[in-house]
Amino acid sequence: MDTDGSLISALAQDLDGSFEALVVAHQDRLYSIALRLLGDTRDAEEAAQDAFIRAHRALASYDSERILELRLRPWLATIVLNLCRSRLGRRAARSAVARPALSLDAAELGTLEPRADQTAEPAATAARRDARETWAALLMTLPPAYRSAVVLRHVDGLSYPEVAIALDRPEGTVKAQVHRGLALLRTAFEAAQQREREERTG
Amino acid sequence: MTVSDKDLEIAMADLMTAAPPTLAVGVLVELGIVDRYARFDAPIGSLVVAWNGLGVSAVESAPDDATFEATHLARTGRRAVRAEQLPESLASAIARRLGGDRRVRIDLDLRGHTDFERDVWQKALEIPRGEVRPYGWIAAEIGRPKAVRAVGTALGHNPVPLIVPCHRVVRTDGSIGQYSLGGPANKRTILAAEGLDPDAMESAARSGMRYLGSDTTHIVCLPTCHNARRITPRHRVPFRSLQAAASAGYRPCRECRPASGAIAA
Repeated sequence: MDTDGSLISALAQDLDGSFEALVVAHQDRLYSIALRLLGDTRDAEEAAQDAFIRAHRALASYDSERILELRLRPWLATIVLNLCRSRLGRRAARSAVARPALSLDAAELGTLEPRADQTAEPAATAARRDARETWAALLMTLPPAYRSAVVLRHVDGLSYPEVAIALDRPEGTVKAQVHRGLALLRTAFEAAQQREREERTG
Repeated sequence: MTVSDKDLEIAMADLMTAAPPTLAVGVLVELGIVDRYARFDAPIGSLVVAWNGLGVSAVESAPDDATFEATHLARTGRRAVRAEQLPESLASAIARRLGGDRRVRIDLDLRGHTDFERDVWQKALEIPRGEVRPYGWIAAEIGRPKAVRAVGTALGHNPVPLIVPCHRVVRTDGSIGQYSLGGPANKRTILAAEGLDPDAMESAARSGMRYLGSDTTHIVCLPTCHNARRITPRHRVPFRSLQAAASAGYRPCRECRPASGAIAA
């Protein structure tokens, strides 16, 4: 991408002087990847911050040639993905001790979406927020391998070759995982709608 | 209702979410690219303390936020972002250090300063609370005995006064000398808060008393050395010079090392 091209040459010349531009350009995507993988706004912010700090540490240790060869988008995605994986691992270890498996009840769904002031919001905005909450919750039910592939391809918008780099899996595997993930999402969404209809009529 | 691939893709793309505004600032502060600052109450009034992930970067008596932000940017090249308050750990570390506890560690961000300046500040950090040393003492101790004026300049450029106690460095003639944090009156206030009597120190120096010996130990000290302050009045022997002390059979204290100042004088 063109903007990343000039960003990369700036980083190679003056890391500290241009790092803010990198954070500004990539913070929404790293935050969104983390939010959709972790399902918690606070964890997502911390994971994205850690990812930028690690990226800075790595860039500081690279010579300019290596920086110029970087593919910034998938490279940053890999860093945040790894941090999310280790957070999920720690969380699983904790909950195995403290409580039974993670459930998607109403209380937990509350943190999936950042809340704005909801008292004055128009109906269309509320509907969109509800839809986002539904999809975000469904995404959390996917197996992690499918979830990360779907998030990188369709939330973050990486190309298949970029997703393959970020996940370090063959492109064919990644494509299959995205398709399988979307199919599972569709089934889960339709099942949820079916349940809702039955509850309304019954 | 069936969901098409396109619907799914649109729904997923709609899950891209703006990062909270705290995210970027948190990263940049942690990396020392941007600083945070907050107000801190000291004996000489409200001060500004700035810090980042590397350590404390400034202590200043700025009249208002805009003035501080402008001078900080000019001095360090970094933007300063106002915080509600100091982090709990930093506030208590500073309070303990000002209370004389030298074991508490406070990281400092002194990027952009010369090795000489760092040496001077490092040496000033060794002066205990309630004691003072002459500029020449610092110059001699860091191995630059002729650089007395440069020591004064370096102390004047100390970006973190109070934490690096440049107020504990006085002129070789015993007068209090200049102070970067709001002038000499503040220096007196801080020294008094640390248990010294600046007026008495100056008048003793004017009367020619530069060193204080004990006629029981035959050790001679700088007057504010904690060893000198323990000497009971009837055993106190004032000296104008170390030469005079030496010929009276007194050896220099190993803790305040009064000879360091004398070499330069």
